Order: sequence, then C-alpha cells, then structure tokens
Amino acid sequence: MTAQTIVSIKPLLAVLASLLAVPCIILSRRTVNLREAWTFAAAVIKFAMVVSLLPLILSGAQAEYTIARVLPGFALQLRVDAMGMLFALVSSFLWIITSVYSLGYMRGLQEHSQTRYFCFFALSLSATIGVAFSANLLTLYLFYEMLSLSTYPLVTHHQDRQARSSGRKYLFFILGTSIGMVLPAMIFIAVKTGTLDFASQGIILDKIDPQVVTVLLLLFVFGFAKAAIMPFHAWLPAAMVAPTPVSALLHAVAVVKVGVFCIARMITGIFGTELLSALELSTMLCVIAAVTILVSSFIALTQDDLKRRLAFSTIGQLSYIVLGMALLSKSAMTGGLLHIAMHAFGKITLFFCAGAIFVATGVKNITQMVGIGRQMPLTMSAFFIGALSVIGLPPCGGFISKWHLAIGTVEAGQYTMLAVLLVSSLLNAAYFLPIVYRSFFHQPEEGMFEGPRAEPPLWCLLPLLLSAGLSIVFFFYPQPFLRLARLAVQGIMGG
Amino acid sequence: MAAHYPAIIVTVPLFGALIITALWWFDKRLCYPISLLAGTVSLAASVGLFLDVLSRGVIEYRLGGWPPPIGIVYRIDHLNGLILVVVSLVSLLNLAGSRSVAEKEFRDKVGAFYGLYLLFTTGLLGMLITGDAFNLYVLLEIASLTGYALIGMGSGRAALSGLHYLFMGTIGASLYLLGIGCLYLMTGSLNMTDIARILPTLVPSNVVLLAFVLCLSGLFVKMALLPLHAWLPNAYTYSPSVVSSLVAPLTTKVMIYALFRITLTIFSFDFAFNSIAVRQPIIWLAVAAIFFGSLLALSQKRLKKMLAFIVVAEVGYMVGGFWLGNRAGMSGAVLHIINDAVMTLCVFMAAGAIVHKLEDDRLSVMKGVFRKMPVTMAAMVVGGLSLIGVPPTCGFFSKWYLIAGGIAAGQYPFVAALIFSSLVNTVLFFRLFEIGYFLPFEQPKRYHQYNPDSFFRYSGRRAEAPVDLLVPLVITALLLIALGIFSGEIVTRVITQAIPVTLG
Amino acid sequence: MDGIVSLIIAKYNFWAVIVLLLIGFYAMIAKRNIVKKIIGMNIFQTAIILFYVSIGSKKGATIPIITHGHDGVNHTVQAADYINPLPHVLMLTAIVVSVATLGVALALSMKIYARYGTLEEDEIQGKLMESEPG
Repeated sequence: MTAQTIVSIKPLLAVLASLLAVPCIILSRRTVNLREAWTFAAAVIKFAMVVSLLPLILSGAQAEYTIARVLPGFALQLRVDAMGMLFALVSSFLWIITSVYSLGYMRGLQEHSQTRYFCFFALSLSATIGVAFSANLLTLYLFYEMLSLSTYPLVTHHQDRQARSSGRKYLFFILGTSIGMVLPAMIFIAVKTGTLDFASQGIILDKIDPQVVTVLLLLFVFGFAKAAIMPFHAWLPAAMVAPTPVSALLHAVAVVKVGVFCIARMITGIFGTELLSALELSTMLCVIAAVTILVSSFIALTQDDLKRRLAFSTIGQLSYIVLGMALLSKSAMTGGLLHIAMHAFGKITLFFCAGAIFVATGVKNITQMVGIGRQMPLTMSAFFIGALSVIGLPPCGGFISKWHLAIGTVEAGQYTMLAVLLVSSLLNAAYFLPIVYRSFFHQPEEGMFEGPRAEPPLWCLLPLLLSAGLSIVFFFYPQPFLRLARLAVQGIMGG
Repeated sequence: MAAHYPAIIVTVPLFGALIITALWWFDKRLCYPISLLAGTVSLAASVGLFLDVLSRGVIEYRLGGWPPPIGIVYRIDHLNGLILVVVSLVSLLNLAGSRSVAEKEFRDKVGAFYGLYLLFTTGLLGMLITGDAFNLYVLLEIASLTGYALIGMGSGRAALSGLHYLFMGTIGASLYLLGIGCLYLMTGSLNMTDIARILPTLVPSNVVLLAFVLCLSGLFVKMALLPLHAWLPNAYTYSPSVVSSLVAPLTTKVMIYALFRITLTIFSFDFAFNSIAVRQPIIWLAVAAIFFGSLLALSQKRLKKMLAFIVVAEVGYMVGGFWLGNRAGMSGAVLHIINDAVMTLCVFMAAGAIVHKLEDDRLSVMKGVFRKMPVTMAAMVVGGLSLIGVPPTCGFFSKWYLIAGGIAAGQYPFVAALIFSSLVNTVLFFRLFEIGYFLPFEQPKRYHQYNPDSFFRYSGRRAEAPVDLLVPLVITALLLIALGIFSGEIVTRVITQAIPVTLG
Repeated sequence: MDGIVSLIIAKYNFWAVIVLLLIGFYAMIAKRNIVKKIIGMNIFQTAIILFYVSIGSKKGATIPIITHGHDGVNHTVQAADYINPLPHVLMLTAIVVSVATLGVALALSMKIYARYGTLEEDEIQGKLMESEPG
C-alpha cells in the first residue's frame, strides 16, 4: 500500500518536547512547583503534538521528517503511521496521568533526588515516542538504546544495595542483548540488503538465506529484551525496586511495550508477513510466546510482593501482543495492537493502586493486604477494574483486545493457541481476583486497617480513578484505537 | 598567507616551544598563553588547509621551494587534512584544560612541560603532513622523544615506565628507519609518491618485501598492537594525567595514520592486499588485540590503567578495520581514528579531573564521585557511552562501519571481537558508574597527609574540577555527539575521497 | 657451503649490520641493568647508521666534491666516481636523534636512580613489590 506521505516537523517536536524540558527542569530545581510545572507542560505539549497528527493518520496518510543522514544510505528519520500513532497516543497520554501521580507519590514519600527523577522520566518519554515514530531500524535502535540508558537511573533511584543489583540485572539483560544480538543482526541486514527502512512487505525477501532468516528473527525477538520474552525476562521483576510511577508508566507501558513494538515492527516491517508465513516461522514465534504466557502466569501465582506479581503478569501480557503479531492473521494483529493500548490502561491502574497502597499504608505484600478494602475502597475498586481489564472480562477494554486475539487464533487455525489464551485468562483471574476478594470480604489482621478511611493523597487517587474509568470507557468506545489498529493491519496485510 | 598554511601548522608550535623554553626563566605565567596561542594558530591553519583541500583537492607544498624528489614536500589530501584538524583540535582542547592541573603537578617545571607539549604536537602534526618517508621518521622521533620526556615528568613509577616506553619506541622507530633504508636502496628516493612510482617496476623483490615488513613492524610497536603493546599501559597509567590525556588520544592514532600512508601511498593497495598474504594474519592480530585488550582492561583496579587497555583494544579496531580491505572497513578505520581520538581525550580528561581532585586513580576510591563531580562524570558517561558504541555518540557510527566491513568481508571473528569489546566496555564503564553512583562518598585515607585544606574533605559538598578544565571537557563531550550526528557528512564528503577509489 | 661464504663475503657490510643489530637487541632484552640496556640501544641504532652509510659507498669512488671546478675544460661528471652523499646526510639527522634518545634515556635513569637507589631492574622490581603493589 502506498500511503500518501507528508513532510511535517510535528513528529520531531513530539519527540523533542520532553527532551527540551530536561534543561528547564534542571534549571528550576530549586523551585519545585515550577519544576513539576515543566514536566506537566511538556507532557501536555507532547500529547497535543501527537493528537494533532491523529486526523492525518486516520485519513490514511503518513507524516515524515528526516533529522540527519548519519550514515550513507541510512538516515535518522521519523515517520508516523497508524501503528506508531497508536503506541504514541497511549504512552503520551499516560505520561500526563503519571506526571500527576508522580507528584503525589514522590512528595508523599519525600523521595530524594526528585530533579534527577523528573529529568530522566522526561528523557525516557522522548525515547519512547522516538521508537514509536521511527521510520527505520537504525532510528529505532538509537531511541531504543536511549530508553535503556535513561531508565537506568530511574530503576536504581534508591541507590541502595538492592537497587544496585537490580540495576546490574537490568543492564545485563537490556544492554547486553541489544548490543550483543540486535546490533549485529541489524548491521548484517544493512550490509546484505542495503536498506533498513520499514516496508510493508519487509525488506529481506529473497535477499537472505532462509536459515539465516531464522537466526536473525530469533536474534531480534530475544534481542529486544524489553519485550521480556522468556528467558530474557528476569530484568522486569528486578526493575520493580524502582519508585512505583516508574514501574507503572515504564515497566507496564513505555519500556516493555517498546520491546513488543520493536518486535512487531521487525515482523511487519523488516521480515514481512509473507516471508514469515512462507518459511513457517510463525509457529515458532507462537510457541515462544505461548511458553512465556503460561510460565509467567504460573510464576505470578507464587509471588507475594504485589509489584512483582504485577511484573510477571506484565511478562505474560506482553507475549499476548507478540502472539498476536506472530499469528499473522488480520484479527490477531488487530488484537495484538489493541492490546498495547488496553493492557496499558489496565496495568497502569494496577500499578497506581499498588503505589497508592504503599504511600497510604506502607504495605507491599499481598498477604498483608487482607481487609485493606475497608480502608481504601476507592483504590481497591479501581484495582478491581484494572484486574478485570487485564484478565479480559467485560465491561473492560481488555476484553476487546482478547476477543480479537481469540478470533485471530481461529482465523489462523491455531487452536492450541486459543487454548493457551483461555488457560492464561483463567490463571490471570486466579492471581488477581483473590487479592480483591480478600481485601473487601476478609477480616483484616489485628492492628491493621482499623482507622477511618484513608485513601492516598488526592494526586495519587485521581490518576488511578481516571485510568480505571478509561478502561471501562474503552470497552464501550474503543474506536480511536480500533481504527488505528485496523489501519495499521491494513497497511501490513493489504486490503 | 593561505598558501603557507602547511608551513604554519608545523612551525608555529615549533617556534612557540622555543620561545617558551627561553621565556619561562623570566616569567612562568607566560607559558600557558603562549602555548595556547600557538595551538590556536596551528588549529586555524589546519582548518584553513582542510577547507582548501576540500575545495581544490590534493595540495603539495614545497618546503623552501625545492621541487620533489629533491626537496621535502608536504602533501595534504583528504585523509591527512582531516586528521590534522582533529589532532590539532584534540591537542588544543587538552592544552586549554591544562592550566590548573599543570601548575599543581609540575610547579616550577611548567615551562618545560609546555615546551615539550608544543614540540610533541609539532612532531605529530609534522608526521601527518609530510610527504617524505625519512622526514616522517625524524618527526616521529621528535614526537616520541618529547613523549618519553613528558611521561617521565610524572612521579612514582613514571620514570621507569617512560624508560621502558623509550626502549620499545626506539626499537620501533629503528625498524621503521631500517625499512626506509631498504626502500632507498631499491628506489633511490625518499619522496613517497616518487617511491610509489618506482616500486611497481621492481616487484616482486625480496628487499621490497623486507622493507614492507620492517616498516610495518616498526609501526606496530609504536601503535602498541598486541603482542607489542607491553609498554603502553604503564606509560599511560603512571604519566601525569595531562600528559596521558595528550599522549593516549594522539600517539596511537597518528601511528595508524602512518600505517595507512605507508601501505596505501608507498606500497599501494594492490601490493599490500593482493601480492602478499599478510592480510589474514594481521586481522587475527587485531582480533587478539581487541579480545585481550578488553579482557585485561576488565582485570584492572586503576581507572587510568583500565582506560589504557581500552586503547590497546581500540588499536585492534582500527588496524583490523583497515586490513579488512573493503570500503566499509577502511571508512570505519579512518572514522574511528577521528572518533577514538576525541573519545579517548574525553575519558582521559575526565579521569584527569578525578585524579586531580582525589589524587588517586584506584576505582575503589571513587565512591560517591557522581555527587561530588557531576559535570565531570557526565562527560565521563558520554565518553563511556561512545566507547561502548551507543548512538548517537560517534563511537556507534565507526563501529557500524567496522562491523559492516567485517560482515561484507566475511571476517566474522573480527565482528565477534567488536561486539565482545562493546559488551566488555559496558561492564567496565558501568562498574565505574556503579561505584560512583551507589556507594556513599568516603574520605580517601591518604588524603589528609597531603592536602588538608581542599574542600574535598567536606563530604556533603560538591567538589568539581576547576572551571578551566571543565569547559574543554564539556566541549569534548558535546563534540562526541556532534561527530556522531555529522558522521554521515564526514564520511560522504571526506573519507570517501581518502580511501582508494577502486574499493568496492 | 661455498655459496654461503661468497654470499657473506659479497655482502659483508649487511652481515655486519645484522650482527650488530642482534647484539644490541640482545642487550636491550636480556640485560637486567638499565645502563647496559641503554648501551644495547645505542649499538642497535649505530648498526642502522652503519647500514645507511655503507649503502652510500661505492668501490673506488671518492667524496662528492667536484675538485676540477670551473677551469674551462669540459669534464663530464660521472656519478660512479662519487659516493652517494644523501644517506650520509640523512645519518647526520639520525645521529642527532640517537644522541637525543641517549640523553633522554640517561635523564630518566637518573630519575630512577634517585628514586630507587639502584639501576638493576630486579632490585627495582623488588622495591616496587614492597612499596606499591598493583
């Protein structure tokens, strides 16, 4: 499909909005209100930029901007298409909410080094939007690495022993795989094909041996370790030592979805669906994703730390998206892309709740949360909604994406995968619903939660109610995301 | 004026050195401004000359008006034009940041330091610019001798490591001289283009082969290609930090340039790559250099020694890239000469700033250094990322070409070595960052004995390096990013013309 | 056997140079005393100087000064009558370089002596082990 392409600087501005906020944040580090205002302003401007591109994308066109020609034949180039738009829309909108939440959380806990925290947060968002808007693999890699490095100080924010070992794990998995696997694979493709631009039918058809294609595909799927496909998932639970807003936005939305987004881009833009189905690599990918989905769900059952349980849940949900892309059928791809958005809203709600509980009561473990619903009914209700969305039950957005995924498995004739989806949904229910049930209907332990209602600070509470509300709204009105996902799939599969 | 740029580039620092040596008996404060002036003039002339080359092509400058092959000719093309700019820039940046550090380190010998500094620069710039094989030897020795003296100016083990460097360096230079002697024996000429004209009529000849091997092994000693690297780590570790941030970025790079020049201009691509079978062994040497350099860097407990072993590995990058013998590999090697000069400067300058404050370069004392010296460490982070090869810093782009060249030539061990070294560099730098970032600041034990007044004692406060060191350091760090963004321009406009056109 | 002898005799200057080079190299590598190493280095450099000087000489030729001058009589200048002056001139520079190297080397060894009180490398190594391990 040849889409109409318009040269526009807006994609660059969307990327730069938060980057330019960094010096402002540093300069106004003494006046905290002004500093937070910069973050907020950058978030709103970024979202406005992304939204202003939306009508263009919905009309079927693309926006493009070339930053620099860094290598002969390979440029740093931004291009906005439906798929990138979908992801950018989700992450830039959630940044606004998270900024509000960060305010409540960081001040509520009187965290140190808040300036550094807000700086690197802004930087991470720039990189995320950059990945979403990348026109070629080189640009994508650049922003991917930028994201890896800018989240490192956030993960290790507490600067203690635990943060140090988690930071190590984080670097080992994220940087190690991207340098050791993605980089050589990317350069190999560049040498053999002479281009790295994402094209709707891939760029390596007939140019590289089938055996080598398999190796390259595996290098990419595992190399983009941000997608947390087992066995390269261990960094994600470790990264939960970070402050909760980081876990919420980055490790439920931005960073991890960048990983799956990259894999999706590889499947659609570099390898091309035709090649993958011709070489029957789709089944291999499906199995990899299915194993991750099931194993992570089982591990999640055993976790007592709420954030770690959420992390393992995220690992499984990410593989849904990979599975959706790997099935190579229209509905499955639509479902996978939709899941980027739907899971984001659901999971961020859950993380917000975990953080809110921690701010209000200092409790981290699930066994201690018995009866907490009496004290924090609003928070736990939001948690319930988020859990429903992640499990994939109506009336929540998660249902829509899982529905499409399920239809996709049937379309592709992969009934085993349908079974995997169903089993994992049951497992999701098994690890989320008891938390909610016990928090409302069990007696708290003695000395716990006896006081009057004590919801978290307003700045924490509002964002989580909003995101929970939106999870429900998207069940009834999934249009913006659904249309984008359909457009994207149309671009990939044609017709 | 513009016609005499080539002479200005070399003579201004030379006379600057002489003036300083005369003047510092009267007033030591004159040394810094005079050398800064000389460095600036030299840089300006290099830039002017480079622009000339870009617009007019190869420039030949006859010293004293004597025509070649009798007179000495300075010959500037795209390759050395570009490297001239980089070398004079690196030298100037380091010079600009040297004032407080040099005063502290050398006290009353400041004049000698600046005199040697300028002479060293003269030697390197001369090596780059000259078109005469014997002249190259003389300038090589000027650079080397001043280098030994500069390194020997340090305290502690500096003199010993300087002397070892001198022994190895002399062997290297002598081998090169012997090689040139053999060439002269066969061709009766010392002018590079003239020799290149005569040589093809003599091949195959054992003496020419011997000359090639001698020149090459001489340069390998000088550039510290494994296994001839033994002199380098100690020399760079124990020398004063302003000296190591001058010598480390420049010496090995200029030697690699000399390798380019000798191989391509004198012996021709065809001779070196097709007639004789040295390509594969040298690539293996490069692979070994990258592997062992990285591994040895991993085992170091001292910051400067760790960086020195990284230099050993980087030499392998460039030598290997050059001997890949294809366009991507050679472009990568040339680009890496430039990038590596700047990034080595960046990390060594940052290390110098840390050593200036801590008076120690063991990694274990660098606890809490991020909080103490945020700007210095920010520059160190940029330099480290560039050495790791993270975009958009320039290190990524040269690595790109090198890996692409390796894949195109089917040299997968070289590709593996590059990736391995990137990963090891990640470990190396993040180990440093971890120590500086996670561990709380501790008062160095030996600190009290020396300098109880320094504000490093007040553990909560910032203690940045002096501003005159920070400014060039930050410029260097920004330069790393700028070089990355403009690397496409550099390659298409300059480097493509610097390597043989016949390459595919 | 005969061939080797004639080869050695015909190119005796090169053989002398090679022997000197090896002697110098041996001293630099194997001797443990710094001054002996420096002497070895000088032998090494001198060998190269001899090499250059010897390649400039020709059998039966004289120094390149045209003595017959401008006496109005036409003498053709035969290059074979004169030795090649260029290598000799080059060696002036090389000698200067080697003297300078010697100077720097001696200065450094003085500094080493002042610090460690010895010029024997083994003893220096021992002292280094005691005072500053690593």
